[in-house]
Amino acid sequence: MFRFIVRRLLQLVPTLFGLSLLLFIWLHRLPGGPESAILGERGTPEMRAAIRRNLGLDEPILIQYGRFMKRLLQFDLGTSISTKREVTTEFLQRFPGTVELTAAAMLIAIGVGIPLGYLAARRRGTLLDHGSVAGSLIGICVPVFFLAYVLKAIFAVNLGWFPSSGRQDPRIDATRVTNFFVLDGLLTREWDASLNALWHLVLPGLALASIPLAIIVRITRASVLEVLGEDFVRTAQAKGLTGRVIRRRHVLRNAMLPVATSIGLLTGGLLSGAVLTETVFAFGGIGAFVADAISQRDYPVLQGFILIIALVYVLVNLLVDISYTFIDPRVRVR
Amino acid sequence: MALLDVDELAVTFARRGQRTVHAVDGVSFSVDAGEVTGLVGESGCGKSVTSLAIMGLLPAGKGVRVQGKAAFDGTDLLQLDPRAMRDVRGRDVAMIFQDPLSSLNPVVPIGVQVTEVLVRHRGMRGEAARLEAEHLLDRVGIPDPTRRLKEYPHQLSGGMRQRALIAMAVACQPRLLIADEPTTALDVTIQAQILELLKDLVRESGTALVMITHDLGVVAGMCDTINVLYGGRVVETARRRPLFAAPRHPYTVGLLGSIPRLDAGHGQRLRPIPGSVRDLLPWPDGCAFAPRCARQVDACLGTAPQLLREPDGHAFRCVNPPETDHTGEAAGE
Amino acid sequence: MSDLLSPGRKKAKLDRLAELSAAHDDERGVSLWQEAFRRLRRNPAAIVGTVILGVFLLVALVGPFLVPYDPAAQLWKDEIREAQAFYPGPRAENWFGVDHLGRDEFSRMIVGARQTLLVGVVATLIGLTVGTLIGGLAGAAAGLGGRWGRWVDTVLMRIVDMLLALPSLLLAISIAALLGASLTTVMIAVGMVSVPIFARLLRGSMLAQSNSDYVLAATSLGVRRSKVALTHILPNSLAPVIVQSTLTLATAIIEVAALSFLGLGNPDASIPEWGVMLADAQRYLDAAPRLAILPALGIIITALGFTLLGEAMREALDPKLRK
Repeated sequence: MFRFIVRRLLQLVPTLFGLSLLLFIWLHRLPGGPESAILGERGTPEMRAAIRRNLGLDEPILIQYGRFMKRLLQFDLGTSISTKREVTTEFLQRFPGTVELTAAAMLIAIGVGIPLGYLAARRRGTLLDHGSVAGSLIGICVPVFFLAYVLKAIFAVNLGWFPSSGRQDPRIDATRVTNFFVLDGLLTREWDASLNALWHLVLPGLALASIPLAIIVRITRASVLEVLGEDFVRTAQAKGLTGRVIRRRHVLRNAMLPVATSIGLLTGGLLSGAVLTETVFAFGGIGAFVADAISQRDYPVLQGFILIIALVYVLVNLLVDISYTFIDPRVRVR
Repeated sequence: MALLDVDELAVTFARRGQRTVHAVDGVSFSVDAGEVTGLVGESGCGKSVTSLAIMGLLPAGKGVRVQGKAAFDGTDLLQLDPRAMRDVRGRDVAMIFQDPLSSLNPVVPIGVQVTEVLVRHRGMRGEAARLEAEHLLDRVGIPDPTRRLKEYPHQLSGGMRQRALIAMAVACQPRLLIADEPTTALDVTIQAQILELLKDLVRESGTALVMITHDLGVVAGMCDTINVLYGGRVVETARRRPLFAAPRHPYTVGLLGSIPRLDAGHGQRLRPIPGSVRDLLPWPDGCAFAPRCARQVDACLGTAPQLLREPDGHAFRCVNPPETDHTGEAAGE
Repeated sequence: MSDLLSPGRKKAKLDRLAELSAAHDDERGVSLWQEAFRRLRRNPAAIVGTVILGVFLLVALVGPFLVPYDPAAQLWKDEIREAQAFYPGPRAENWFGVDHLGRDEFSRMIVGARQTLLVGVVATLIGLTVGTLIGGLAGAAAGLGGRWGRWVDTVLMRIVDMLLALPSLLLAISIAALLGASLTTVMIAVGMVSVPIFARLLRGSMLAQSNSDYVLAATSLGVRRSKVALTHILPNSLAPVIVQSTLTLATAIIEVAALSFLGLGNPDASIPEWGVMLADAQRYLDAAPRLAILPALGIIITALGFTLLGEAMREALDPKLRK
């Protein structure tokens, strides 16, 4: 088991290495180079040359790459061109927000998706079934940012049930511990702070959850349908077992395998969607920050973001792979 | 009174846009306590569907219709509500299926799959259930049962899996056991072992066994009474000896004649039954076997032959049965 | 043994093999495609999807020739009152009203359909071509190439893995940011996102078939491996590729919209495209929500149409469901 994990981690290395190389090339092939990003169109040739020397851009490319890698390994991702602060600092400050949002969306997607998918499969051909299938198809086809806008327009601006932006009401002078606002409130016993943060998560969470929810409903439904037709379910029925036992031990335990796999893949989609959703709701997470970076061509931020996301995504999938060996005994390495 | 009395069981599958399939078209047979009864026939003759109907395991759907009666100890199983039927299954009537690997839950240990029957019907719990499960695995001939309890189906061999399934079936000492082609998916040597096991269990506990198979060899070695099915109906019923010595239906004759014989001369051709199962006449239009029958006469078409019962219990559904001279050979092919 | 057969007899044997494998469990020799088509015809989702797509294609291809106004002409700019947030709504002159720059929304929607279709198709084609090339090569190499082939397969798949290390939108963002905002950029970016899907698809198909019996039979009869790959394996991989292309088209259209929203789309707003239109309209959601709702509906319905059809085709072509 341990060897399996190590082997999988080692397989990551070439991928991440290749990615960092690509990133490096990317940064240096940018139209006009990084110095354009800083100076814009203005700037005399001397200024440009000065900046190039400053950033070490006139040294041999191998040395540049070496320096790049060295900084990477020290977690130095450079400095943001727009905020002038270290990229790493900016990320650390905003990452918890995105994590909270992503977690909320995932919870909604799983909490609603799996039961709905199961029911749709059990009541095949009924309105619930057809409705779920139709709903999930539509859910995949609606652009996330549009949905976010609609939700905001209806429930926040018009009805006023939910806040329309931010992670927390700034008037609640909440104490910061971990920067996970919901958690912080719980830790410092400032219940209203927690609740307020949760309330701010509802609309963006729903918008973000739309696609994973749709996908989980579909996969669960398909998986349950397939398992219901399996011989061992017939055996379980032949034994006269109760419906509850059959559902829990025989149907669900087998049907959840494909669902578990997709959760890893869905995380990637959530991270992408977070960029869009956070922008609409001015949610102070990494997503919104990156969206700004895109429009302002803040390349160090983009580069850092890409690297981090790649790492996170790859790690999450690795975790899913490993956990799969625990869930499915057939896969276990002996 | 017979333990199980099946009377004019019929199962139809109707699907939108397609013709209704009469999988079982009026099957009647009975099973006596402690006896082994065989249901024999080619694929598609309705023997599996019959057993599933009796057990109430047919997929519940709009197009599935079950008619007739299946009286188990006087109670018509087909009329029982689902809850009551669930109590009967596994406790009074049990079933084992053809493919042991797909019939077992791949992600649950064998031990749990055995104890869940004990928990459900015998109210056993914890250590007591575990011990009994171990004892059952041992009884069906699985070596090192303690270790096997924690293993998963994919870690067992085909024969052991089937033994485990048999253990689950007999865990509550049912009075009737239905075995649907239990050895078809196994190696020949294992087949013999499993059949021996079944015979043992039957003899030991007095359980009645319904043996569903297409293999006449299996039937010859095990069954007291044999029902031959064709086209969804029983075409011949007889005790073992009379069936093999003097079959009274051309289909049975054909089946027996098609078995390759060791004492056949060198170069002698095999004698299959001409045509295929698709050459089936629907029973309302005459004898379903008529298109393939060498003994076909005009009376065979138009109306379905009735089941004729002879004084010794031998029954057959044919208007032109092969004559027997009671010396063991059926004349006239 | 294969040396003893003349080329003519070899070919005859191969044809007979193909015949037998095709006629395996058919009563009337119905091909996969015929049966799939029949099943599709009865599937309500397929019908709805086809109708939607039919309308969309009609609008996209023929519409632009019939639009009442030039989509880039700001003919009604003077009627806009920005301070009062007034943008002329639907009326006789402008069926869908006027947009924030004074252009006829109806004409823009129609021409936008064509542009959206174009972008979606090109992006999908890019992904399809690159993906199937990589995947096909990898799969063929792995299945038929021996040790050298397996090495080629590993290398190619590692490259694909790198593309997969990023969630789709982020990959698209990276590429688009690198190449600068333009229509071509967006098409390439979205196209590259679907490369891994097609690559995996084709590789899997090639591998699975390399191990199948009929390929074994063909190669043991002495047929050259490249011929086997081209004439036997490739046609059988066609079905899933078609299904996937349809589904990819749907997501491509949506992803283009997302990229436009983030400012990476075509900055030249004179050529309307639904994604760009939707992105631009966000600012006017209060004043004129129809400016966002119309392109959004266009995107949603079109994507839905492709998805419905794609899913229906996948079901129809599923060999496991054959009788």
